[in-house]
Amino acid sequence: MKYVIRKLVTMIITLMAVSALVFISFQLIPGNPAISRLGTEATPEKIARLTHELGLDRPLLTRYFEWIKGIFRWDFGMSYSYNQSVTSLISDKLVITLMLSFIAILITVLVSFPLGIYAARKSDTKLDVVINSLNQFIMAVPSFFSGILITLIFGVILRIFTPGAFVSYKINMFKCISYLIFPAIAIALPKISMVVKLLKDTCLQEAKKDYVRTAYSRGNRTKAVFYKHVLKNAMVPVITFLSMTFADIIAGSIIVEQVFSVPGLGRLLLTSISGRDYPVCEAIILFLAFFVVFSNLLVDLFYRVLDPRIRV
Amino acid sequence: MNLFKKGLSLLLLSATLTVALCGCGGDKADDSSQITIGIPQDLEESLDPHYAVAAGTKEILFNIFEGLVKPDKNGDLNPAVADSYTISEDGLTYTFHLRKGVKFHDGSAVTAEDVLYCIEKNADTSAGDANISAFSNIKNYYADGENIVIELNVKDPDFLEYMTMAIIPAGNTDAATNPIGTGPYKYVSRTPQENIILEAFDDYYGEKANIKNVTLKIVADADSVVMNLLGGSVDLYARISSTQVAQLANSDFNILEGTMNLVQALYLNNNVEPFNDVRVRQALSYAVDPKEIIDLAFDGKGTEIGSSMFPAFGKYYIDETKDYYEVDLDKAKELLTEAGYPDGFSFAIKVPSNYQPHIDTAQVIVEQLKKINVDAKIELVEWDSWLSDVYAGRDFAATVVGVDASTMTARAMLERFTSDSSKNFVNFASDAYDAEFAAAISATDIDEQTEHYKECEWILTKESANVYLQDLAEFVALNKKYTGYEFYPIYVMDIAKLKLAE
Repeated sequence: MKYVIRKLVTMIITLMAVSALVFISFQLIPGNPAISRLGTEATPEKIARLTHELGLDRPLLTRYFEWIKGIFRWDFGMSYSYNQSVTSLISDKLVITLMLSFIAILITVLVSFPLGIYAARKSDTKLDVVINSLNQFIMAVPSFFSGILITLIFGVILRIFTPGAFVSYKINMFKCISYLIFPAIAIALPKISMVVKLLKDTCLQEAKKDYVRTAYSRGNRTKAVFYKHVLKNAMVPVITFLSMTFADIIAGSIIVEQVFSVPGLGRLLLTSISGRDYPVCEAIILFLAFFVVFSNLLVDLFYRVLDPRIRV
Repeated sequence: MNLFKKGLSLLLLSATLTVALCGCGGDKADDSSQITIGIPQDLEESLDPHYAVAAGTKEILFNIFEGLVKPDKNGDLNPAVADSYTISEDGLTYTFHLRKGVKFHDGSAVTAEDVLYCIEKNADTSAGDANISAFSNIKNYYADGENIVIELNVKDPDFLEYMTMAIIPAGNTDAATNPIGTGPYKYVSRTPQENIILEAFDDYYGEKANIKNVTLKIVADADSVVMNLLGGSVDLYARISSTQVAQLANSDFNILEGTMNLVQALYLNNNVEPFNDVRVRQALSYAVDPKEIIDLAFDGKGTEIGSSMFPAFGKYYIDETKDYYEVDLDKAKELLTEAGYPDGFSFAIKVPSNYQPHIDTAQVIVEQLKKINVDAKIELVEWDSWLSDVYAGRDFAATVVGVDASTMTARAMLERFTSDSSKNFVNFASDAYDAEFAAAISATDIDEQTEHYKECEWILTKESANVYLQDLAEFVALNKKYTGYEFYPIYVMDIAKLKLAE
């Protein structure tokens, strides 16, 4: 229990540090929200008036603490660009990004586990060479590029889906998910090859260990040894990897969302950075940081549950 | 029998079509009355037409709002919410007669009170400047029955342009989220980063829109534009690049060609060394070849220009300015030597990183300037930094951008270069120019005024205020299902004119 509390405290400290860093860095980058909104119509008086309206003429620390205070009330301020509270703006987009990430994880698990196990069991055949080289290849292709290829092949040539025809989950859940499957595949592809490789390698490592020999000597058949002992032990690093991947996938979906015109967090983040919509960027970055820290916490806790040896 | 066969095949055809359409997963319940238009960025925070500044926002609001007068595709002003107007002999009194039966999108009728409300809102000086600065010239305004009378302090030949100001209902203080206009389309809803939905306004007084439902879809990623078009999720996309045009060859799209109506130039900061020397600026003009730029970077599509005016301006445009500097490298080197730079010099061109055409142009310029030993370096800046550093802060040596006209007046293009203008980001200063410009705006005769404006343009050319390049070609991809796209000399998209192809 003490361990959990200690981890939670570190998590909060990390998030505070991130929030301060994000807040300050947006004050430092060139450009300013008032000029961004006024464009070429900007005059010094208009800029001054808008800066005042946005409350940007107050001291940095006052603004920072007000922002932090708001967060505890689940209030991230008002977006400069949308006349909407950041909370409502983001929660809408967050759902889309989370859906995309879950589908990607699901695809990764469903494809990579059977494939990894298969590869481990066939590790001494010619098939292994094929799987290995294919794996290397897929791992090397970045998601945004495979995204473009998927759009081209399935969208433009085979016409299985219409590129850019994203339908919001509020209008039609089924259509929304069936559209998200394609960007999810693009995200999942490199992760699949990583999991396959990891699962295979750990299985092979485990198979060389003494307890496996003992298991054989007790008269178990290969299949039983593999599924009951080897696989169980090999799962620990794989599940760790998967949970850490989740944070990575959420952050990584930014690029793939662009390629598939999915209006999720990523797209909102990009446009609000270029439009200097500080409250929105700050909130999104804080969310992303939260997911990374949170999934790390989960991994730590998971270790202790799954593998008693770590509880030292 | 034959008839039966025909009927049967028709039935089968329509059945397969229905299946095929459903199979596509499209939501186009009724194709005949809907269009999806791709736009590169979301609209601004506020949909209040009086505060919109971004060209991409104004372009859409043009369909929702109208002023007392409204520009047509030639840039001429036609009566809109007013059905006629008169201007007194001395040019100081404008009388607009309100059109009967004009309704707002909420069903209420437009009254003189609404018009007065809008004038007041934009002339209000309580918070600093008037929102429309030309309105500070209004001495008095009032309603006289169905007439709106506006009296000016001093004559302003361009005043009518400002009466394109959108008319909104009096007391519509939440126009930012609840836009109500009189235009052919009414606002239905918006989803940030996704779309804006418009619907044809049934009670429109004029020629009604042809297409009932319009979805403006935000395609934020320029690289996915072609995929969206080919995949069928977008029917119309304006301002595509010549590379994208090539990618759309042999597709379901017609490519329409017009002009962007802006002045693309290598804008020089006339205040920093070495560009404070007119000879250096002229040397650059002699060295840079717009024709080569158009050929290399734009597949030969584009209109060469020689001053801060583009051809759509008609009578104000002077075609001869483009021939003032024929490429002459010897002359350029000579001028540089005279100015004290016999071995050339180096400088940075700041280019907004989100405008590929300007980046391509800058790359050609860099090569051309090497021939006179001038070493230019391209520095890409984010659009926002461009606005704050280059445009507002004037902290640059040179930049490649396009400057357009906010209203269809020569003044909108030329006032920028008067020495005390807040928009004079190139710091051009010339007493002769200021005098000509002052003469132009105070001229009582239209022809005389035109002459003064033309003289202004010649000064810009001869002083080589900037290295003038071209008016970019504009390409619009329109699905063959639709026709009727019209190019305007100002930055608008007239959706009401679109219709289904026969």
